[in-house]
Amino acid sequence: MNSTLTISRLTKRFQGVSALSEVSLSLGPGMRVALLGHNGAGKSTMMKIILGLIPFDGGQVQVCGAAPGSARARAQVAYLPENAAFHPALTGEEQIRHYLSLRGESPRRASELLERVGLGRAAGRRIGTYSKGMRQRVGLAQALIGRPGLLVLDEPTSGLDPVSRRDFYALLDGLAAEGAAILLSSHALTEVEARTDRILILSQGRLVAEGTLSDLRRRAALPVALIVTPAPDAAAALAAALPQARQADDGTLHLTCAQTEKLALLAHIATLGPQVADLEVIPPSLEDIYSHFSRRDGQ
Amino acid sequence: MIRRILSTAALEFRIALRNRWVAIAIGLMVIFALVLAAAGAAPTGDIGADRLSVTVVSLTSLAVYLVPLLALLMSFDAIAGEVERGTLPLLLTYPVARAEVLAGKLVAHMAILALAVGAGYGAAALAAVWVDPASTAGLPALWRLMWSSTLLGATFLGVGYALSCLARRPSGAAGLAVGLWLGLVVLYDLGLLAMIVADGGGPLTGRVLPVALLANPADAFRLFNLAAAEAANAAAGMGGAAATIPLWQSALSVVLWPLAALGLAIAAFRKVTP
Repeated sequence: MNSTLTISRLTKRFQGVSALSEVSLSLGPGMRVALLGHNGAGKSTMMKIILGLIPFDGGQVQVCGAAPGSARARAQVAYLPENAAFHPALTGEEQIRHYLSLRGESPRRASELLERVGLGRAAGRRIGTYSKGMRQRVGLAQALIGRPGLLVLDEPTSGLDPVSRRDFYALLDGLAAEGAAILLSSHALTEVEARTDRILILSQGRLVAEGTLSDLRRRAALPVALIVTPAPDAAAALAAALPQARQADDGTLHLTCAQTEKLALLAHIATLGPQVADLEVIPPSLEDIYSHFSRRDGQ
Repeated sequence: MIRRILSTAALEFRIALRNRWVAIAIGLMVIFALVLAAAGAAPTGDIGADRLSVTVVSLTSLAVYLVPLLALLMSFDAIAGEVERGTLPLLLTYPVARAEVLAGKLVAHMAILALAVGAGYGAAALAAVWVDPASTAGLPALWRLMWSSTLLGATFLGVGYALSCLARRPSGAAGLAVGLWLGLVVLYDLGLLAMIVADGGGPLTGRVLPVALLANPADAFRLFNLAAAEAANAAAGMGGAAATIPLWQSALSVVLWPLAALGLAIAAFRKVTP
């Protein structure tokens, strides 16, 4: 497969402290990959290396068939920084016109780009008057310039409300359909959910998990939680029937079991009949899966 | 390449216009030049030169102080400001060379300096010609002063960019810029003066002084303009040192310094890791 981004055994140290160690990944055209990790896990460092902004100590990085930061790589890579910043004295349109010129595109396309990210009406106002979300949209507009082969987006949805976030992912789907590879970072699995093809989890500079969301869910094999509400007067009987349960203050019984034992346990609870007033099954949340992987290495 | 440089220059010029830098630079130059034109009117009769040529000599002394100051004030923020605002990383991911970024800023800032110098000297010239119509004889000297002032500004712009890259923070860069201005424009000459006094006009002065004057862009600029004025017999006795150094040498220093400063700035910018 013709890969847009290939990283093998990438290592980076800051003054002896390891920021990334032996990270390998590859991204093909049209692939949307989410990079997850806590603050300081190495996400931004990795992105800066891919962009050629900082050097690295070991391993290989190939961006669109060229060295990171080379003129050929920069011509095909678009970047959205974590906190997109621009000169406050310029208007959104002036800023985008400049970025278009730098990429060799016609500056006249600026208003069309700003329209696409929903800034059409604010295009003539100075960026100094914009809100954080609006600045983020200017950043997004400049990342759409040209036909980037690779988009590197550092926490792109952090300043956006849920509706804007949905629009944003719709834009990304369009770009991916046109063949762009997308690498975006986030510190919450809930934010990227089903909108990415693959999830990478970084923890303390190491790649601790890689796969689709269902892969990760299966591999984590986190227990399922069950909450049983006893019928009136049946609390004691129920507690005796379910000795592994922990009784909460409100009288409900909390159980956990492995995925594979879930059906057997449900069948057992069903036999208890009228003693049970209600039953709730809680699968592991995205947050649980994420903390499972990102914590494992830290301990 | 040209397109990227021009786009950067247009953007920087617009920013300077909005930040009132264009207005401040022009205003300062016009006010000082007019004050000098008025004050420089007195000795005209004694020297027998036209009024504009005398004004040019006083403007040279003004430019030596003011042009480097304006240039450093405009340039100290160039890279450190981008670092502080957080705009540098994104810019550096664009297919634009660091040298092109600096060239664009230099074009814009030089244009502002040229505007300020043109407006200031132009106002002084108008005042001189208005009072003394024979002053038109001094126009070539005024023209020479204008382009050499712009080149002097370019030198200090380049050095200011280099300081801006080294300091990383605007406050630090501002301090370095002020220190450099004091050192090169004020203290350097005092040091030379002390050397002459200590040496008592001995052999050291004869050998070291010309090199020391040519090595400082501000002194080379002053020498160049005074020597040229002397050649035109407009300011006899104004520059004792100027007489001993050939005109081509000071001209070369005035032309080479901006290139060296730009080279220095590019080298410093290449070392910046965002």
